[in-house]
Amino acid sequence: MSDVIATNQTILVVGGGISGMTAALEAAECGKQVILLEKSPALGGRVSQLYRYFPKLCHPTCGLEINNRRIKGNKNLRIITMSEVASISGDAGNYSVKVKVSPRYITENCTACGECGKVVETEFDDDFNYGLGKRKGAYLQHAMAYPQRYVLDPAIIGTDDASKAREACKYDAIDLDMQEEEIDITVGAIIWATGWQPYDANKIQAYGYDRIDNVITSVEFERLCDPHGPTGGKILRPSDGAEAKNVAMIQCAGSRDINHLKHCSRICCMASLKHANYVNEKYGEEGQATIYYIDIRAIDRIDDFYRKVKELPNVTFTKSKVASVVENKENGNPVLHGVDTEGYHRYANEHDLVVLAIGMEPSVPADAFPVDVKFNEEGFIEADESNGAIFAAGCSSDALDVNRAVQNATASALRAIQVVNNVAGSEG
Amino acid sequence: MSDMNTAMVEKYRNSFLSEVEANVEEGEWVKMCMQCGVCSGSCPFGPYWDHPPQELFMMIRAGKREAVLSSESMWMCTSCYNCIARCPRGLPITHIMHGLAHYAKRLGLAPKNQQTMKFASIFWDNLTKKGRVNELQLGLKLYFMNGFVEGIKTALCMKEMGMSMLMTKRMSPMEYFGGHSIKDTKGLHAILKKAREIEEAKAKQF
Repeated sequence: MSDVIATNQTILVVGGGISGMTAALEAAECGKQVILLEKSPALGGRVSQLYRYFPKLCHPTCGLEINNRRIKGNKNLRIITMSEVASISGDAGNYSVKVKVSPRYITENCTACGECGKVVETEFDDDFNYGLGKRKGAYLQHAMAYPQRYVLDPAIIGTDDASKAREACKYDAIDLDMQEEEIDITVGAIIWATGWQPYDANKIQAYGYDRIDNVITSVEFERLCDPHGPTGGKILRPSDGAEAKNVAMIQCAGSRDINHLKHCSRICCMASLKHANYVNEKYGEEGQATIYYIDIRAIDRIDDFYRKVKELPNVTFTKSKVASVVENKENGNPVLHGVDTEGYHRYANEHDLVVLAIGMEPSVPADAFPVDVKFNEEGFIEADESNGAIFAAGCSSDALDVNRAVQNATASALRAIQVVNNVAGSEG
Repeated sequence: MSDMNTAMVEKYRNSFLSEVEANVEEGEWVKMCMQCGVCSGSCPFGPYWDHPPQELFMMIRAGKREAVLSSESMWMCTSCYNCIARCPRGLPITHIMHGLAHYAKRLGLAPKNQQTMKFASIFWDNLTKKGRVNELQLGLKLYFMNGFVEGIKTALCMKEMGMSMLMTKRMSPMEYFGGHSIKDTKGLHAILKKAREIEEAKAKQF
């Protein structure tokens, strides 16, 4: 690894999802030196795991490609993948950060030709597909991965697979002796953009995610619909691989609930509307989507999208928080029980597949944070003066959709720029 | 209708919600309901209620005083606590149901011959007499709660169980005559009398 040169006029961005990429690029394009850390082998974060965006239903790959081009064209931005912050000390304008970099075992010589992936045999659960599919021990995280470099799973190091991979590589890009490194950098401001993770659906006991195969989460459904996903874009249910045509979406799975997440996660209603749209696109009149909701929170310009979905003849809306899901043992269908609010009718509805519109929680819990900052009740970082020059961007600051996360990231880039400008002024 | 009922109607006029908030145990929670319906769906007795909890809360807000207070619904609650465990807003629904039932009884609006209410009265009278529940007397009272013929039928039905309990000394026939009691029944009665006085004084303030 080449040396990382950083000064107290450098901005550190932690997390290379859509918010981190945006913040890093905005700052770098303003002429600031920026270091971007990403835990996984490639940038893109949760956005790269989406099939489509709401409300325009365009593909996130498009936006990622634009960002990748911006990154390639910018000299001020230094990206370190497979890295995590170990500790932070110091004050605004002068932070010392220890960064732990995990070995990729593949050097910059890699051309992503894929020969190593062909010869390696061991397979692992594919995190990128939320464990719905398998990937090899030598892999590219996804087709759009930036950097376009393979990575070896640490579990195959020392096995036959590792030496097979090295022999297959025509570019001498595999270095099995790579070690974990720790690097120290000095920066003036830190933009924290570690984003969100789906709430643990197993905790919502009544919905049976842990015991019913055909109950999945919205992020998993997104992978099922993606042509690059584990099913090649077919909505196949986990229990028997049959096509799921009658799909139910349960809103507020984990959100707006004092037993789980208190806050509204903001994206789930729109995600489910989008999913209803997927079902409609895939199957036309043969498909049936049912959205069980407390109230639909589609605001602003996305209300138009809600209205459009409402007009689809094969999408129904049931105003009710589902009380429980049980499995029909004969065919594996989940059966939803509850009472609807519009007329108080008791129902027991059978569906092929149930999608929990899962809530959003911060991916770094408050007690695991490397430095003292202010958190709100829900564990998101508050904008507070006592945070010094540590600014949250995107979903580290609140439950946000992509649009708002990007706006928020740009704002945090501006705040960080002001700090390093001050440093430059006082030193100048 | 009781005097208290008339007084309440006079006092709260069109705001049944305020009346519930002020007089029903945990009633101040009613306005927190967001009508998601998870309580109704989670209730094991749900299918047998005229109005599930969620609907009762809406009726309270809509001012349907008569319909709510004379309803059988809240008397159906078996205190399984499923609704409380699942309510996303933490409403103590079970307690509100009991609170509503109790309030309806105090106003004299509870349905006549309500089975749960009858049982509660029988149980209370049985318990307060000696400070201990007399199971034999309580059981027999329950058998004959709905008339002589039905009582005989139930008794015959339960004959074998009763005999087994006698054989294994789980039940003594002597309990029918007086039965066992706590040491200081007088003291207990004094406590209960005082409690009733306090409660009635409170009710008078309304």
